Amino acid sequence: MDYLTIIQIFDSALRLATPLLFACLAGLFSERAGIFDIGLEGKMLIAAFFSAATAYSTGSVWMGLLAGVGASLALSAIHGLASITFRGNQLISGVAINFLASGLTVLIGLSWFNLGGQTPSLNGAARFQSIELPFAETLSAVPIFGPLYSEVLSGHTFLVYVALLCVPLTWYVLYRTRFGLRLRAVGENPAAVDTAGISVVALRYAAVAICGVLCGLAGAYLATGLGASFVKEMTAGRGFIALAALIFAKWRPWYALYATLLFGLLEAISNRYPSLDLGVVTLPSQFMQALPYILTVVILAGFVGKAVPPRAGGEPYVKER
Amino acid sequence: MSTAPAIELKGISKSFGPVQANKDISISVMPGTIHGIIGENGAGKSTLMSILYGFYKADKGEVYISGKKTMIPDSQAAIAAGIGMVFQHFKLVENFTVLENVILGAEDGAMLAPSLRKARKELTALAAEYELNVDPDALIEDIGVGMQQRVEILKALYRRADILILDEPTGVLTPAEADQLFRILHRLKEEGKTIILITHKLREIMEATDTVSVMRRGEMTATVKTSETSPEHLAELMVGRKVLLRVDKEPATPGEKVLEVENLRVVDAAGVERVKGISLEVRAGEILGIAGVAGNGQSELLEVLGGIENGTGTIRVNGQELDLTGKFSDARSRRKRGIAHVPEDRQREGLIMDFKAWENTAFGYDDDDAYQAGLLMDNAAIREDAQGKIERFDVRPANAELEAKSFSGGNQQKIVLAREIERDPDLLLIGQPTRGVDIGAIEFIHQQIVALRDKGKAILLVSVELEEILSLADRVAVIFDGQLMGERLPSETDEKELGLMMAGMTGETT
Repeated sequence: MDYLTIIQIFDSALRLATPLLFACLAGLFSERAGIFDIGLEGKMLIAAFFSAATAYSTGSVWMGLLAGVGASLALSAIHGLASITFRGNQLISGVAINFLASGLTVLIGLSWFNLGGQTPSLNGAARFQSIELPFAETLSAVPIFGPLYSEVLSGHTFLVYVALLCVPLTWYVLYRTRFGLRLRAVGENPAAVDTAGISVVALRYAAVAICGVLCGLAGAYLATGLGASFVKEMTAGRGFIALAALIFAKWRPWYALYATLLFGLLEAISNRYPSLDLGVVTLPSQFMQALPYILTVVILAGFVGKAVPPRAGGEPYVKER
Repeated sequence: MSTAPAIELKGISKSFGPVQANKDISISVMPGTIHGIIGENGAGKSTLMSILYGFYKADKGEVYISGKKTMIPDSQAAIAAGIGMVFQHFKLVENFTVLENVILGAEDGAMLAPSLRKARKELTALAAEYELNVDPDALIEDIGVGMQQRVEILKALYRRADILILDEPTGVLTPAEADQLFRILHRLKEEGKTIILITHKLREIMEATDTVSVMRRGEMTATVKTSETSPEHLAELMVGRKVLLRVDKEPATPGEKVLEVENLRVVDAAGVERVKGISLEVRAGEILGIAGVAGNGQSELLEVLGGIENGTGTIRVNGQELDLTGKFSDARSRRKRGIAHVPEDRQREGLIMDFKAWENTAFGYDDDDAYQAGLLMDNAAIREDAQGKIERFDVRPANAELEAKSFSGGNQQKIVLAREIERDPDLLLIGQPTRGVDIGAIEFIHQQIVALRDKGKAILLVSVELEEILSLADRVAVIFDGQLMGERLPSETDEKELGLMMAGMTGETT
């Protein structure tokens, strides 16, 4: 394996990690506020569809992005209504959202485009174009670090950089602002927030809305950045992998970046080597493709040590007498 | 003359569905005083204070703060009106620092850093002024309940509260911590703060308050000057009839050893040794009381004896050794050996809250021959049996078809007691018999325990209420950090000495 191959794998890992990172941070905001969200998958899916469909019909990727975020926000609103206002079971609401998105995207896709649930492929201004970072050309000549900058870091689409910027931003919001303090508090002990005179409901809706926006970005990136159209079930479990990464990351922003990069790397490796010859055994392609999912199961089975979730997570807040 | 009352409530009414929690309540509290509100569980004290703190909205009535009519639609408004509340169950974020908890909701701007700096300075000033020292950088989960309570008080003071409401503040404190709390409250009073103290403990009312209001069944039955009343009078006002505050009992006549415990050790799931070599004995016809602050191993002691947890050492009942870890170490085997257990947490271990009262009276004894009809359970027999128990133990309402959760704490406890006592056990293990139980029911429960003793049964009583231990037990042992600190006779000791022992001082030299 030469250096160029490694660089290419890293490059692809970063692209593949981006939707996971968005979704993971989305889950982070929601769960830190005490709202479990297994509907990340569904929100990404619906965002992917509406961003692709809108980008195709308007010819503008920005309109697509807007539509994707809007669609994801709409599902977030349903989740919020069910789990915050009506104090329903958050897992059931999440499952319902996943089913809704899965069915709705195919149904509308068939009726609008007649392409078996796909959208027509996007090109030109209907897709995000890659951005060359400054000095990428000149620095590429520098050994070792040059390619890391010009190949791995440079040349991605707009949303990849947004995702990376979201990490320090999330950290800052969570740990350095009033909103972050309250958000973390409401996920740990909503009664403390309530008695301090702050609205639990408003805080949780805010968190769920942020989650919706980030899921929207994740979905839009899948269809208009990473891919060039919407394909049926194109999220392929990424919402759940993001949840696993969230647990792996112990609900912390920087760890979320590392966890999603790890998953991205696995996916990149399995894309690069459909079957991997280790000398002694050859790992079959099925195994390679299953690698990210296997890691997900291993993580969820608790092989990563103690991860303490937000204490009030999953519990609707009811004032006690 | 006259300063306006710090708080004046006029005609407050509030109902939850068909239950009228507060009926036309009027009360006025003068500034710079400590006003007690006493009443049984469910009398409506907490509801009234929750209305004052904006947690509930009153159906009717008006609130005046310092003479001005004030609307309190939410806690934010209450805080703005200078009201601070320390809840019975603290409202703190466990994995936040003291400082973060104090500023939560009272931040100065969108950025945290300036608020934290300011709060740190102010906390130091408040600590000096009111002797409320606490490490601002400690995590809540790492500090004791006494400290956590200080944080709650600091939270209120940081919000410039002039009126401080404390709901059952001493429930989780040691006597020494409680004394300290009352010193702090007096200090606050001297500084001109108004304090409302909600409690069901008559002693605290008599010691700490200037005036006291009594509530019964949602109504305010009286407001009197503390100096002009007596505990007996207050108890009567609370319950609506004369109540015996002292347990009426003859001296014990201990017989044979029923329970012998030698060098008992218990290690919990986390690997921490909770009981560190306890030895004790209880004889027939006597009550041994175990006093101690919650969490010092008394729960584990009860659980091992009751067959819920494993331990090492020797336990003999009527001279025969009990199986501590093997096949016969379970609760059912214990019951077969004549051990009845009224667990500390009746709602989790004593009852199934969603099951009916009659079903609950059979748990643990459900394999009794009297309850069998061939392969099936003889539900009619259980029902009939339950009805009898309910009548003999004065459970109200006397309806065996109600779910356990629809009874009050006292009546739930009576159901558990009826089930265990009527089995005529040789040894009764009883934990926190009157926790969350109202005065009227306390009297009844105490009488039942003494009656069992007088029948020549051995009783091991665990309670965090010193008063209860002192009035009920024939001998008192104090537990601290998994060890017995010593034994005293109730007639030869007092709360002060026991309190010291509960804090880990042997108390041999006083």
